[in-house]
Amino acid sequence: MSSTLMIRKPRAVAPPAGTSRRRSRVGGVASVILLWTYALAALAPLVIMAFNSLRTEQDLANKPLGLPLHPAFQNYAHAWSEGNFSTYFLNSVVITVSSVLLGTGVSVFAAYPLGRYRFRGRGALSSYFLAGLMLPIRLGAVPVFYLVNSLTQALPGVDGRFWLICVYAGSGVPFSVFVLTAFFRQLPMELEEAARIDGAGELRIFARIMVPMVRPALTTVALFQFIPLWNDFFFPLVLLKDDQYTLPTGLTRFFAEFEAAHAQLSAGLVITTIPLVVLFLVATKQIVAGLTAGMTK
Amino acid sequence: MVQAQRRLRRPVGTGGGRPRRRVLLTFLLPALALYTVFIVYPLVSAAQYSVYSWSGNRQDGFAGLANFRDLFTKYPLSEQVWRALGHNCLFFIGTMLIQTTLGLTFAVLLHRSRRGKRFLQTAYTLPHLVSPIVVGYLWSLMLNPQFGAINAALRDVGLGSLAQPWRGDPHLALPVSIVVNAWQWIGFPMLLFGAALAGIPDEYEQAARVDGASSWQVFRRVTLPLLTPVLGIVTVLTFIGTFNVLDLIYALQGSHGNPEFSTDVLGLVFYRTAFENSDPNAIGQSCALAVCMFVLIFGVSLAANRVFRRMEERVR
Repeated sequence: MSSTLMIRKPRAVAPPAGTSRRRSRVGGVASVILLWTYALAALAPLVIMAFNSLRTEQDLANKPLGLPLHPAFQNYAHAWSEGNFSTYFLNSVVITVSSVLLGTGVSVFAAYPLGRYRFRGRGALSSYFLAGLMLPIRLGAVPVFYLVNSLTQALPGVDGRFWLICVYAGSGVPFSVFVLTAFFRQLPMELEEAARIDGAGELRIFARIMVPMVRPALTTVALFQFIPLWNDFFFPLVLLKDDQYTLPTGLTRFFAEFEAAHAQLSAGLVITTIPLVVLFLVATKQIVAGLTAGMTK
Repeated sequence: MVQAQRRLRRPVGTGGGRPRRRVLLTFLLPALALYTVFIVYPLVSAAQYSVYSWSGNRQDGFAGLANFRDLFTKYPLSEQVWRALGHNCLFFIGTMLIQTTLGLTFAVLLHRSRRGKRFLQTAYTLPHLVSPIVVGYLWSLMLNPQFGAINAALRDVGLGSLAQPWRGDPHLALPVSIVVNAWQWIGFPMLLFGAALAGIPDEYEQAARVDGASSWQVFRRVTLPLLTPVLGIVTVLTFIGTFNVLDLIYALQGSHGNPEFSTDVLGLVFYRTAFENSDPNAIGQSCALAVCMFVLIFGVSLAANRVFRRMEERVR
């Protein structure tokens, strides 16, 4: 097709001047306006949320749209103490961080032999892990609920939050093992052999040579577990008691309790969102690269 | 290929010790245990529970497909399931219409523009990082008829007559939820389309231009067909996302899909059947529903994948 196009080249080299250029300039201006208008629409709700969280309830009721001319932080203080956000925040941090560490940790160990060694059952094991990528864990919510229930009865000392961490860590295993296995497979053999000749043991080679070399993959994998777990709402709702709630579930309680206090509610929303925004600003590159992985040639 | 094989075979010979097998096992065991106990076992159990009848949490006996039949025929539940299924379909169609048209438009415009590209990309993608539950609650505040920003803005520009009880009107509630959902996710198709556009060689467009094609013709006849694979990915992911939707609706309209179930979706029906259900056979019904949802989502995704694969081949 392109060859026929090339043959007829000379005819259209000079486009009918003036009109088309003017039209394209008008189009350019229109597209710039459209792009920035939508940027406004994308950001305005988030900005309004931040503004409203700094205004007083009185001010907000009188004038729903307005600037925080006298920024006040009492909404945050109120949400933090009376709204229990101190507890929710701590729960969210502990649960998310431990789940990511545990999930990534066990996956590194499992991915190493899967990526570096040949042994009987390796293919079957890889497929077994891979299958988890296709299954939504919410499908198993009811059995998970009863499993955690019976575990809590059998081991009354162990908190429901611990079992949630186990569920989360397990849910991250398929993706992490998949990515890390591929990375381990790519590493050159020579380093490992040199270390082995020098008398290093299996564990030492793994910890000192192999793991440091897949560190970029570790960051990606950890990041990709962190965001959905921080945002997850369903499993805390099902598995945790009120005082063990994480931020997303805590929000439902907060909204039910302080329905009319829009400024405080906004403060609660900001508290839930801030950690992710910080993470995004720090790691934009990895996130965008991960979203579009395999898309560019 | 040969190199890869050698790479894998070599360490088996080296090291030479017996402990190899035990070491391998200890490396694999933690992940295997965690994954099997907390993910695989519940998933397998869910499938198994769905074919038994239950009294509370006591298994009564094999029920075959009775639970599945009940889902679609036993009155209070079947009404909810069918209605929610319809809403999920509307949710998918609406989201696709908004997301693909806008996402593709923005991707094309951004691809051409130089100034502010990075900022705009970030701005469009930012809502997608916010938790769906936060998005739901944020919009529930914005859409509040009295104190919400939307109606206030309409009143401020003199369009007060357009102010609506956005979340309270049974006819508006679902479209509004769809728009909110699209607002959150639009950055995702945009990034995918953008990455695909960046991968199309400039020569294609230049060649068509030289031949006198207008920019619309270039887009319609050259660019768009080359975007078919991404369109396939976006369609399948949107389908999966909209049929799993739960958090957003829960925050925006509560666990019953208010008003009058007008925003009820399968995810909420599943939640209520499993955890807010007085029927003694709650476990059987909810697991049957979970299995149905999985089969539907997985089956349609596979089929859609195949269709798009065929379309791609036709393009080439």
